[in-house]
Amino acid sequence: MIKFILGRLSYLIPTFIGITIVAFGFVRILPGDPVLLMAGERGMTPEHYQDMMARLGFDRPIWEQYLEYLWKLLHGDFGNSIVTKQPVLSDFLTLFPATLELAFCAIVIAVVIGVPIGVLAALKRGSWFDQVTMTSALVGYSMPIFWWGLLLIIFFSGVLGWTPVSGRVSLLYYFPTPTGFMLIDSLMSGQKGAFASAASHLILPSIVLATIPLAVIARQTRSAMLEVLSEDYVRTARAKGLTPRRVVGVHALRNAMIPVITTIGLQVGVLMAGAILTETIFSWPGIGKWMVDSISRRDYPVVQSGLLLIAGIVMVVNLVVDLLYGLINPRIRHS
Amino acid sequence: MADTTASNSPAPGTRRQMLAEFWFYFRENRGAVYGLYVFLALVAIAVLAPLLAPHDPIIQDRAALLVPPFWQDGGSTTYLLGTDAVGRDILSRLIFGARYSLFIGVVVVTIALIGGIAIGVVAGFFGGWIDMVIMRVMDVILAFPSLLLALVLVAVLGPGLTNAMIAIAIVSQPHFARLTRASVLGEKNREYVMAARVAGAGKMRLMFRTILPNCLAPLIVQATLSFSGAILDAAALGFLGMGAQPPTPEWGTMLAEAREFILRAWWVVTLPGLAILITVLAINLMGDGLRDALDPKLKRS
Repeated sequence: MIKFILGRLSYLIPTFIGITIVAFGFVRILPGDPVLLMAGERGMTPEHYQDMMARLGFDRPIWEQYLEYLWKLLHGDFGNSIVTKQPVLSDFLTLFPATLELAFCAIVIAVVIGVPIGVLAALKRGSWFDQVTMTSALVGYSMPIFWWGLLLIIFFSGVLGWTPVSGRVSLLYYFPTPTGFMLIDSLMSGQKGAFASAASHLILPSIVLATIPLAVIARQTRSAMLEVLSEDYVRTARAKGLTPRRVVGVHALRNAMIPVITTIGLQVGVLMAGAILTETIFSWPGIGKWMVDSISRRDYPVVQSGLLLIAGIVMVVNLVVDLLYGLINPRIRHS
Repeated sequence: MADTTASNSPAPGTRRQMLAEFWFYFRENRGAVYGLYVFLALVAIAVLAPLLAPHDPIIQDRAALLVPPFWQDGGSTTYLLGTDAVGRDILSRLIFGARYSLFIGVVVVTIALIGGIAIGVVAGFFGGWIDMVIMRVMDVILAFPSLLLALVLVAVLGPGLTNAMIAIAIVSQPHFARLTRASVLGEKNREYVMAARVAGAGKMRLMFRTILPNCLAPLIVQATLSFSGAILDAAALGFLGMGAQPPTPEWGTMLAEAREFILRAWWVVTLPGLAILITVLAINLMGDGLRDALDPKLKRS
């Protein structure tokens, strides 16, 4: 098992170095003077320009600049935002819980609904339930989620007036946010209605973000389940006279879950891409909106490090999923 | 190349037979056939757009701002699906939008397919350190969420439809490279390749004429997936203001312009998105059918 983990890690390191090269190179291939872009100032005096250039390291050979960039990254120095003047890492850490909360709710919705639908559709293959759910899944998979979000706003906020249009919690409430997770913080604040407000702000964005993963998971569960149900060991289990519930629940489902877990893990990248759109539509103050805003504000230090941090997170999650996969799949564990 | 000894392309007769077999399995999937019909209709609409559209898609009628569709109060048959905030006919914009979406899909898939196949064949055929370097670079591209990377690439290249297409092609190309490499690895030690090699086929011929045709099935399925993905991503970039620029009648860009009217004029928001959904859904339905028809694992007679 340790060998397996080390093997995976050794794959990761070149990829991570590649990601740092992309982030490092990004600023240097932007059209325009990188010093002016990274300093975010115009009309500098020549002395100030020289000073900035030395401070940002652009006066040294490129490989030296890269090594210094890596060195800084390893010490947690991701540069400063031009707009907020704050370290990028601290901005990221402030905003990340919002995205995490949203993504977590989305993946919970997707798994809790998607897996049972997939299992039932496989068990009742060809039934109207199968056809309706799988058609819906394909519609969900084809959904332009930015439009889907707008539709939900029109209906639930505009027509019914049930949910708020944007933000994380109503401005009527003010409470400290030690965890950054609005659902937990609003509960801890003890203010009446705060939790309900946070939940009602969260529901529409979570549904929007969950749509594509839900569709993918339902389809994948169904096909994995169909494959497993035709295996010999399932037939054997049936022939032994085990109850259908036991055959499905123990023999089939467990084995069908192996590819499904990989699929769920792969949704992390999908969620990050989805968060960019979802957060923009719902003005959700997370890192997706932060990236979009930073790109349009030309806050390049943020774009550079945000790219790196997001790719890093996706990679680490994929590694965890890989390891989990090894853990539940004895064939990989022992090879 | 003049040698015909190593040719492995099937005779015309077998090719027709293969097509017939393919169509037989494709037709089994009813959804795929509907998808194909819708797709063909969309192609027709895109080609005939100037003839079909009742109005010019970018001419503004200042006397008719935010006119609702004809069946609603205040609607008129001059503008069947109503007008947007500056008085442009929505139906005409939607019809011309089909051109952009299909064009985006074709361009992106062509670039990604050619690039990905070339890279994947080289990696799989040569192996060793070439393979390792290429595949690590692909891993790096895949480590970024595709929309985010496309967004940043567009920020580098500058907003606009062409750059958006290039960016999306770059981020979708590794999927083709990986698939090609995997199939090439599976094929390259088969006997027919050995036979061609012994017969004196050069490296290029071995790679692209002998091996590649036998790796096409998964690539075709991936191409349909990338086609619909490209349309969605381009619309998303348009929606974020980084894709096609106004007044281009691109569906995502139309949605971006319509955003502020969502609670006042439902049609300016609903219709472009519906057009995207129908297009993407039709292509994905076709993709499912192609997968069923081309995947030998599922073919049970």
